[in-house]
Amino acid sequence: MIEIKEAVKRFLDINVLDHVSLVIHDGDRIALMGPNGAGKTTLVRSILGFYHLDSGEILVEGYDPIQKRVAVLEHIGFIPQMPPPIRLSLRELIEYVSKSSHVKPKRIEEEAEAMELRIADHLSKPFFKLSGGMKQKLLIAIALAKEAKTLIFDEPTANLDPKARERFYERLQKLPEGITTLFITHRIEEVEGLINRKIYMDLGKVVEDERI
Amino acid sequence: MKNLALVAKLDIRESTRSKWFFVYLLIFGGLMALFFITGITDSVVMGFTGLSRLLLIYIQVTIVILPIFILVTTVRSISGDRESAVLEYMLSFPISLRDYYWGKMLGRFVIVFTPVFLALVLGVLYGALFKGGELPWKMLLVYSALLFSLCAVFLGIAFFISTLVKSHDVAVGVSFVVWITLLAFIDIALIGLMLQNRWNDDLIISIALLNPMEVFRVGAISLFDPELTVMGPVAYFLLDTFGHTLFLLYAIVYPILLGFVFAWLGYWFFRKKDLL
Repeated sequence: MIEIKEAVKRFLDINVLDHVSLVIHDGDRIALMGPNGAGKTTLVRSILGFYHLDSGEILVEGYDPIQKRVAVLEHIGFIPQMPPPIRLSLRELIEYVSKSSHVKPKRIEEEAEAMELRIADHLSKPFFKLSGGMKQKLLIAIALAKEAKTLIFDEPTANLDPKARERFYERLQKLPEGITTLFITHRIEEVEGLINRKIYMDLGKVVEDERI
Repeated sequence: MKNLALVAKLDIRESTRSKWFFVYLLIFGGLMALFFITGITDSVVMGFTGLSRLLLIYIQVTIVILPIFILVTTVRSISGDRESAVLEYMLSFPISLRDYYWGKMLGRFVIVFTPVFLALVLGVLYGALFKGGELPWKMLLVYSALLFSLCAVFLGIAFFISTLVKSHDVAVGVSFVVWITLLAFIDIALIGLMLQNRWNDDLIISIALLNPMEVFRVGAISLFDPELTVMGPVAYFLLDTFGHTLFLLYAIVYPILLGFVFAWLGYWFFRKKDLL
């Protein structure tokens, strides 16, 4: 469960998060929407412990993401919108993930296979040299292999072709009941069958929170 | 600790593949080769000859190149990771900020120190074996310790700049300012103060000795010239106040401590400020 109480985050005297309060229960499947600058990414980054709130509180499974970042991040799998240009090879990246998050490399391989990505063929390649689609598939595989209670996706299908997108959605439908997913998206129609709650943000506030 | 070692190991592997590391290796390895090819070890200038001459030239080169190389490549790498969202992804895994920060620092230290150390050792060994002359063991050991200190202090400063300044371009700019200030501006300013305002000489020299680059320079010169005769009257102050051994100890320990203070301050900001 993620509890957000009166969260305020200011950048240059602008409230990017303006007294946001939310409770995300286990099993919630959320589409987080809103125009650019609405505060969606700031909210996610605050949940991940990247930002210090100016006031308010965020608790993930009862832990503060700043004070107990390791405990919090054990419960979260995160996929960014654009795969970053990581210079590690795939072997090194998988080693980093498996040792820091206690994930078996075999599980990552299996999840990647499900996305039609054969990791074994590219283990020595630097991550940034893969194609956009391959990078995104690997990040998805890593997040799913982590078997975290909460999965956060920031426009995860931006680099995927239609077939890979379909496979990704099929895989998400097989997630166990109690898993929470949070999609940051501008295209609600893409995740419509995968969500049970819609949250709309604008100017740093939650303006609509609707269960489906 | 396990994750700290993991971050360090991966940073070392990643750096050894990067272009900047290749250039770095080429500069220090190439310099040593150049010294032998150009016959520096055979020249006699200001009384220094053979391997002492080689080490003296190596010091003069490292004092200029090493700090700027450490500063720019380190701040570029860390600030670059922040701007390109690599840091965001890598820190989305359950790894403590302590392990990540100090692991990066350890990895980077190995990467910047090893080439200069190896170039020095190989250069001296080659010189002793093929050009003749006795191996200057004590000099090699103390000079390696001085290089270790120089790497430590500039790495600490680089990590401090990287965590404090979020923008990549600004961080590189700050690095240049720090480098040129320590390399030249402080000396110029102090000479100006001494001449214009008639500040006490001892005070001026004490301030100069807070500059880790100056400390390295004097420490290294004292290896070849224990009486510091090339430095003129300043030598009296240094030798009367410290003595040769104590000054060498200061030249090794002070930059390490200063580097640690900057690195710790950087870590403090890393924990207390927004990561992105």
